[in-house]
Amino acid sequence: MYIETITMSKEIKIKRGKDIRLVGSADKINANALHAETVALKPSDFIGIRPKMLVKEGDVVKAGTPLFFDKNHENVKFVAPLSGTVAEIKRGAKRVILEVIIKADKETVYEKHNVADVKGMNGEQVKEVMMASGLWPMVRQRPFDVIANPNEEPKAIFISAFDSSPLAPDYDFILHGQDTAFQAGIEAISKLTAGKVHLNVRGNVKADDVFINAKGVQINKFTGPHPAGNVGVQMHHVDPIGKGESIWFVNPQDVATIGKFFISGQFDASRIIALAGSEVSTPKYYRTVLGAPASTILNGNTKEGSKRFISGNILTGTRIEDNGYVGFYDHQISVLPENHEPEFFGWIAPNFGKWSASRALFSWLTPNKEYKLDTKMNGEERAYVVTGQYEAVFPFEIYPQQLVKSIMIDDVESMEELGIYEVAPEDFALCEVVCTSKMPVQSIVRNGLEKLRIESL
Amino acid sequence: MKIFRNILDSVKPNFEKGGKLEKYYPAYDAFETFLFVPGHTANTGAHIRDAIDLKRTMVTVILAMVPALLFGIWNTGYQHFLALGQPDATFLEMITFGAIKVLPIVVVSYAVGLGVEFIFGIINGHSINEGFLVTGMLIPLCLPVGIPLWMVAVATLFAVVIGKEVFGGTGMNIINVALTARAFLFFAYPTLMSGDKVWIDTTLASGETMADGYTGATLLAQSTESATTYVNAAGVQYTDIFSSAFMGTIPGSIGETSTLAILLGAALLIYTGIASWRIILSGVVGAFVMGLIFNAFAVNPFMEVPAINQLVFGGFAFGIVFMATDPVTASQTNRGKWIYGFLIGIFSIMIRVFNPAYPEGVMLAILFMNIMAPLIDHYVIQGNISKRLKRVKVAA
Repeated sequence: MYIETITMSKEIKIKRGKDIRLVGSADKINANALHAETVALKPSDFIGIRPKMLVKEGDVVKAGTPLFFDKNHENVKFVAPLSGTVAEIKRGAKRVILEVIIKADKETVYEKHNVADVKGMNGEQVKEVMMASGLWPMVRQRPFDVIANPNEEPKAIFISAFDSSPLAPDYDFILHGQDTAFQAGIEAISKLTAGKVHLNVRGNVKADDVFINAKGVQINKFTGPHPAGNVGVQMHHVDPIGKGESIWFVNPQDVATIGKFFISGQFDASRIIALAGSEVSTPKYYRTVLGAPASTILNGNTKEGSKRFISGNILTGTRIEDNGYVGFYDHQISVLPENHEPEFFGWIAPNFGKWSASRALFSWLTPNKEYKLDTKMNGEERAYVVTGQYEAVFPFEIYPQQLVKSIMIDDVESMEELGIYEVAPEDFALCEVVCTSKMPVQSIVRNGLEKLRIESL
Repeated sequence: MKIFRNILDSVKPNFEKGGKLEKYYPAYDAFETFLFVPGHTANTGAHIRDAIDLKRTMVTVILAMVPALLFGIWNTGYQHFLALGQPDATFLEMITFGAIKVLPIVVVSYAVGLGVEFIFGIINGHSINEGFLVTGMLIPLCLPVGIPLWMVAVATLFAVVIGKEVFGGTGMNIINVALTARAFLFFAYPTLMSGDKVWIDTTLASGETMADGYTGATLLAQSTESATTYVNAAGVQYTDIFSSAFMGTIPGSIGETSTLAILLGAALLIYTGIASWRIILSGVVGAFVMGLIFNAFAVNPFMEVPAINQLVFGGFAFGIVFMATDPVTASQTNRGKWIYGFLIGIFSIMIRVFNPAYPEGVMLAILFMNIMAPLIDHYVIQGNISKRLKRVKVAA
């Protein structure tokens, strides 16, 4: 038997960061979500694209039929996850497209693509097929944290096989048994770079065979607290990005979707999604499809009271309504309690039930306790006073507070020097959580990245 | 608490947009958020937030100053009765005398400072920041007890307006606000800020001040004469000067005398992570090293003062724990904090010994390093930038 030798696998220990333990992580049970009667694609999930519709309301589409494309890169198509009729193109202010909603058929009909064996294809051919079939948006890039620019060539491709954020889905569980599809996906995306494909797993637990047995990749092991699972952190420690370089990254479940396409020639949008959070009655995993309505997953499995529904994880996810749709890049729905009750002398009260990274409150006494946290700001926005807080949860050789300040004052040169090309908003999520001055750090970082991205066009 | 909520809710419309008192909204907001942490939830970004905020941070610092304040109150009484030749006065008498002298200074400092903050908040339409909660306590603790109240008011006014508000308020100032107040008084009214007569309040029951017959000099002033022999207010020689200075039964500014009380505060600040242990540790090391260097090359009594004693004399401990660690005016990078603290230690002792015309060097050392902190950070960050550039080149 032929065994591919894996060279230079790296083991990296992340020291700075924070694991926030919360009530309600998903039990490893796969349930079936209700049949999705509608599915939606939200152009707002794709930062920086200028969507141009290819269908109109009433059109009949198959699974894999292009719905819209990006005017910046006309070959990049965004396709219907299921077959059916275009029910509604929901628009907001200035006619911005918010959602393209498809009323799904009972039985899904697929667009058929003729795909040759991926082993015999070159990078350009793989790229063509992926753009035409709607798989391309699954490939994203650093810098800028947007869909990969098909006109560039990345120096490497990264796949983080674990998500370290609170209540995150477990990709070992999700991808268990999907070895063939995952390997086919790896083979396809490895054509996109002359460099390596890095598959990053947790170092302290044994990863699922689907990852361990993957061929044609360099497996790196990461230990340490969140954000050890963020691809940005992994790139920084394995193969840092300089100016003018780019690295692409793909979510592991999307790698399997890509693989399935190259095996069958059809866009199979099925996806496993975790439902987690303290307000979920029985948190578990659901078999559903990309762009499914949250209601088919929530389906009575939530507790009483006022709640916040989040597509994605609680650090970086997008707030949705209970009748909203799961985002393109999200593999999780989180549900947290929400209340707007002011707290009498809350700033001086002991606040035993609350969580803080600082020892000015008492949660450090119970580091293993799982907290039930709500969505309160717990204070008002202020100018920066405290220093050193971000550094403690930010495992980059980058000065986070200085970088954020350089973005605030629009100082492009400083942003570049301070390392903005290596980071994404998600890398600053913990900084935002622990910030005493309650700065909207993630949106500041996004603004800085968008400014530079637009300048680079 | 329901009552407060009802009162707030009933007057709120007057302060909101279109209300009669619209422009006083920042004042209303300050009271409302003082009583209640607002119930607003995260709109962008992370959906959960740390329970800490600036109010909590500031109140923790105030808590850390309480031991120094309480000891200062007692010591004011103790020194008073010692100077009057009544060392047998009761604990209660000492506390009462101290409280009568110290608390008005605290009240004036807070009243003037918060008044300025409210006025600027209303003029600029921004919410009133918590920064002065700490400054308002620091100012009294770094002043001699004999300070006239009007001077406290003038100094606070000067410090908050010129030291902070002209730069944009809390978080924007370049030099420590409390030290600005102290420096202002020191250079404007040197006779009331130094010498032998300001550290001990010798007001007699009759209202007259006892002018003579006691020793009012601080240990630092006495160090110019001898590094071994020190006398207390009653003229009696201290048996163990280190212990007395460590405990704080010596004349000095209100909050600075007891290293023990300050260490209690330091423990809280370091443990909660609110003050930088790097600054405190490197500052102490710096001062100790400078003390040792002076010991080695001693040519006068002040240079002979044992390095360990330099740490407990004067305002060094108070300055390094409460003033040097002000995050707004200190270095902001971890490496910078080491350098910043160390140099404060070095300069404190250097100024103290080389220029005994100043009663204490720590104030000037911290103010000087406040000015230098951005420069330190600049070089630390430049180092990081070039290191990262090199690393990317190597990797490529």
